[in-house]
Amino acid sequence: MSDAAAPTSDRVLLQAAGLTRRFGGLAAVQNVSIELRRGEVHAVIGTNGAGKSTLVNMLSGELAPSDGTIRLAGADITRWSQPKRARAGIGRSYQRTNIFNEFSVFENARLSAQAAHQRVWAFWQGARRCARSGPVAESAIDAVGLTRHAGEPAGILSHGGKRQLEIAMCLATRPQVLLLDEPLAGMGAEETERMLRLLAALKAEHAVLLVEHDMDAVFRIADRITVMVNGEVIATDVPDAIRRNADVRVAYLGEDA
Amino acid sequence: MTPNPGRVNVSAAAAATGGVVAGAPAGSIVPPSAGGGPWAAASRPGAPSIASMLVPLIGLALLASVPFFAGEYLQDLVVKIVILAIFALSLELLAGTTGLVSLGHAAFLGIGAYAAVLLAPKTGAGSLPVMLALSMLCAAAYALFVGALSLRTRGVYFIMVTLAFAQMAYFIFHDTKLGGGSDGIYLNVKPMLAGVLDLKDRNAFYFFALGALAVTYGLLAALLRSRFGHALAGIRVNEQRMRAAGFRTYGYKLAAFVLAGALAGLAGFLIAVRDGFVNPEMLAWQESGTVLLMLILGGLGHLRGAVLGALVFTLLKELYSSEGWVGPLADHWQLTLGLTIIAFVATMPKGLIGLPAQLRRRPRPVEAADDE
Repeated sequence: MSDAAAPTSDRVLLQAAGLTRRFGGLAAVQNVSIELRRGEVHAVIGTNGAGKSTLVNMLSGELAPSDGTIRLAGADITRWSQPKRARAGIGRSYQRTNIFNEFSVFENARLSAQAAHQRVWAFWQGARRCARSGPVAESAIDAVGLTRHAGEPAGILSHGGKRQLEIAMCLATRPQVLLLDEPLAGMGAEETERMLRLLAALKAEHAVLLVEHDMDAVFRIADRITVMVNGEVIATDVPDAIRRNADVRVAYLGEDA
Repeated sequence: MTPNPGRVNVSAAAAATGGVVAGAPAGSIVPPSAGGGPWAAASRPGAPSIASMLVPLIGLALLASVPFFAGEYLQDLVVKIVILAIFALSLELLAGTTGLVSLGHAAFLGIGAYAAVLLAPKTGAGSLPVMLALSMLCAAAYALFVGALSLRTRGVYFIMVTLAFAQMAYFIFHDTKLGGGSDGIYLNVKPMLAGVLDLKDRNAFYFFALGALAVTYGLLAALLRSRFGHALAGIRVNEQRMRAAGFRTYGYKLAAFVLAGALAGLAGFLIAVRDGFVNPEMLAWQESGTVLLMLILGGLGHLRGAVLGALVFTLLKELYSSEGWVGPLADHWQLTLGLTIIAFVATMPKGLIGLPAQLRRRPRPVEAADDE
């Protein structure tokens, strides 16, 4: 896995090898390797503190790894800043809702879309009529089902609505890789169903990393599952194999299984 | 570079979610209906309404008529307000729009003023466009230096670092012979644009300052509506999310810092030319605090608030320091002004500009809008 020169499927978009992050003496993530392929939902599961969010933060560029490499479509992006990675096609959503509360739902998505063509010097052109970011934002909002709320301030959306907006903002940056940190957290049954349908549709064009605690959802939608315990990967496999894996049953699924 | 020309293909996803939008064809990229619907509602606040342009234009027309009926005292007072309004607007771009509260903004005002004096030709009048550009460039250059370093910090550290750099500039002018030390230095001949404008003339200077305010206001109003302005607002609201979307926020903040510095330099240039004299007190931290007070008084986050704040602050100061109005209290105008500002801020948390909305909302109990 760590041999980057080895022929990998051309569907592999994001490839992390030997990722380690130490905070002081503590290794939050240790020697984690993971491959995200276009057309796949790759779930990462593990108890709280297993290092899932740290892993996402390293992949998105918010946290520099202490060791290891990250490649996007073959290019080494380990040292790239988060904005540069985002423009190159890595989009992420946040575990704790992280939106522009005082802007309209539309502007939340439009501003995200603007990152792709920033045109800083065109100060005489109004942003709201931006011919490029506007339509992208509209289709992203449409995709998550928030069109009726487009004109409302994002801050007054329901919790589920804000989670949907998170995804819309992520989609508006036109990413190839989606890093979704607990997108289903706190969602009702109906909203969860809609989100799962959306993820299933998105995976055709994207490589999706899904960090999620809802095991029913994970085993329904994931094509591949990585199990983390104490910062390390103990298994990566297809869902059926993970369900049967003795180590996983002992370490994580435990009573649930 | 994007390895693959990004296609969102969320339209397919929209179809998958089961055509959430009533009346919208599933998978449609185009908004449901071009004329109305939520998209129109979303874009309406951005369009410049006639009403929003009307108030500034009427204000400008009123100010332009001042020299035709007002005496020298009133005209000088208006000039003072106009210049302070430019200064306040320059800080508004940082503090109100981008969320960068600087406590060292007077440094750029002072550097612009000193540049107008120190770089003026030894004999004869300097060229107005050249001197103006030099003033703004010097202020912008120092802003680039200060911004490049201070923008690596956040919050209260940013406030402290900007304050430190401003004090550094203050002491350079105060303690060295560069600009005449603590006594300050005189501008012998005021700059002019040969045959068109001689700033020695009271009315010429008045209209020049007013024009500078109009240009500053217009530039910032356009900027705030532009993609650049929206990105700055995004940085104020949620910088982390802006970086996640792909904005190099440091560059945006630095650009705003330099532009704000240049506009403060413009205000400094006007003060130097008006007074024909500059001294280090222009750079003192009290000046940085005063302009911040103007913004808070008028209402942070609004260009009009900055102008209103400069107006009300100057009028209050004038009122409290004139013996004709307040008698012996005039010697203690800092006290009365300070108490008034405390009262204003306590009763109007959104500043004077937020007062109408505040009064409209008064009858209803305040509801907790945010659930986080």
